[in-house]
Amino acid sequence: MIEFDRVTKRYANGKEALKDVSFLLPAGELTFLTGHSGAGKSTLLKLIMMIERPSTGTVQIDNQNLDHIGNSGIPFLRRKIGMVHQSHHLLFDRSVYDNVALPLIIAGFKPADIGRRVRAALDKVGLLDKEKLNPMMLSGGEQQRIGIARAVVNKPPLLLADEPTGNLDPALSAEIMDLFEDFARVGVSVLIATHDLSLIAQYQHRLLTLRDGHLITDREEVGIDA
Amino acid sequence: MRKPSGRNIGRNATPLKPAKPAPKPVKRRAGAQSAKTSLRDKLHSWQLHHRDSGKDALRRMRAAPTSNLMTILVIAIALALPAGLSVLLENVSALTKGWDGNAHLSVFLNDDVNEKQQRELAEQWGKKVAIVRTEVISRAQALEEYKLLSGFGDVLDALPDNPLPPLIIVYPQDTTPEALEVLQRELQKEPAVDVVQLDVEWVQRLHSMIELGTRIVSTLGIALAIAVVLVVVNTIRLAIESRREEIVVVKIVGGTDGFVRRPFLYTGFWIGLFGGITAVVLVNIALIWIDSPLDDLLALYNSDYSVAGFSAEAAFTLPIFAGLLGLTGAWVAVGRHLKDIEPQAF
Repeated sequence: MIEFDRVTKRYANGKEALKDVSFLLPAGELTFLTGHSGAGKSTLLKLIMMIERPSTGTVQIDNQNLDHIGNSGIPFLRRKIGMVHQSHHLLFDRSVYDNVALPLIIAGFKPADIGRRVRAALDKVGLLDKEKLNPMMLSGGEQQRIGIARAVVNKPPLLLADEPTGNLDPALSAEIMDLFEDFARVGVSVLIATHDLSLIAQYQHRLLTLRDGHLITDREEVGIDA
Repeated sequence: MRKPSGRNIGRNATPLKPAKPAPKPVKRRAGAQSAKTSLRDKLHSWQLHHRDSGKDALRRMRAAPTSNLMTILVIAIALALPAGLSVLLENVSALTKGWDGNAHLSVFLNDDVNEKQQRELAEQWGKKVAIVRTEVISRAQALEEYKLLSGFGDVLDALPDNPLPPLIIVYPQDTTPEALEVLQRELQKEPAVDVVQLDVEWVQRLHSMIELGTRIVSTLGIALAIAVVLVVVNTIRLAIESRREEIVVVKIVGGTDGFVRRPFLYTGFWIGLFGGITAVVLVNIALIWIDSPLDDLLALYNSDYSVAGFSAEAAFTLPIFAGLLGLTGAWVAVGRHLKDIEPQAF
């Protein structure tokens, strides 16, 4: 699903955020991505979202070499990727329903389909009864679940999450993780970037660890300076 | 009334043709299916998004009425000024067009030309191609007329002789200043002619002034049209800034540049359009305001000319033109500022 092949990212200021990183994430697998601040997690996510392009090496998503995607193709790549943020990135000028419907409106779904899919996504995250509310009226955990509903409403083959449990207590974190595991079970590749060692310890999933831009482990939980 | 969808027809109608073989069951890949949409759906949703963007832009304008009304008024005043002046200019040139058509030459003959000769001369000239018709004013007629108009009847009676020369008024075919001058020179050569008077100089001056006025109004119009564009650029820049978060989210979930751009372009168009409509209203109010004193003034000149407002065409064109100016401004603002907003935070 995601394939990094000897990817190096050097920023204009000369800083190398990623150095010779290679890995392959197959479809339907849940993977953690961890590392200290500045280890390159954000850069890795940015390369997947095509917010940045690699300096050398190639990134493939869904068997598509991102080198071959021009700027006008970026929106269409992003439609294949559901993105969950720590800060939720919800819009408070509209209802929960409208927040979740946004990717479908952008992708050009029929209004009838939109209603059906939005309700299915909200049902999945347990917020079906809150669709008319403003997200501001909901708790942090609920807001995070709206963000997840929005990320999956389009049924993307790839789900990225950046510190999805960052602000949540353990019980809520567990709920969110259960959701991610459900998505992985139905074939979605899930990549979760997190500092949360207890979360990583609790769930036995594949782990990618970055340190100073190098991919140092691809499974074991070692060498994390959180 | 909506057309029934093909699916419903298939379900309800009795099949006349032999039934087609049932479609093969679609094989689904295990796991999540990436959502796909057909081209037709996309086109439909594109139309839908245009409609929604247009409506949304209007709704947002209503949500901040004061600042948007101010912008619209600024645009309206900027447009009303050149539009109003050009309406006035059109009126002046329409008013003077009639005078132009009455251009004629007063040909004063020598005193020794008698009335018979005068009529023959007039008839002869009347046959020329360059002349539409002639009018004979004999010395006696001229005297009568002068008495009537001047009120010096008694004084004139006291004179031993009629001091007025015989006069032929010549109405030319071509009333352009050049043609009039040619005709004037030609008639001046006639032996019986004393002097040919051409009373069109002031008309020429007026025409030059109207021409100058038109140029000034055009220049003003261009300058103010640019001002309108700049006002819209600034308004849209602020709108983009205030919706930064939304733009970031739209870009993250795969919104194209066109999708992001559209609501702002509509906002620019609406602001321009409403500014244009308000400008038409303002100009008409101003015309009503000056109409009655102007009528009084014209009445003093024995004119029954009444002031014409905007033509229906102009009243329609100005708002559309203003809308396009708004669209241009929005396009500039979007082109400059939308690129700066890219999802950054992770």
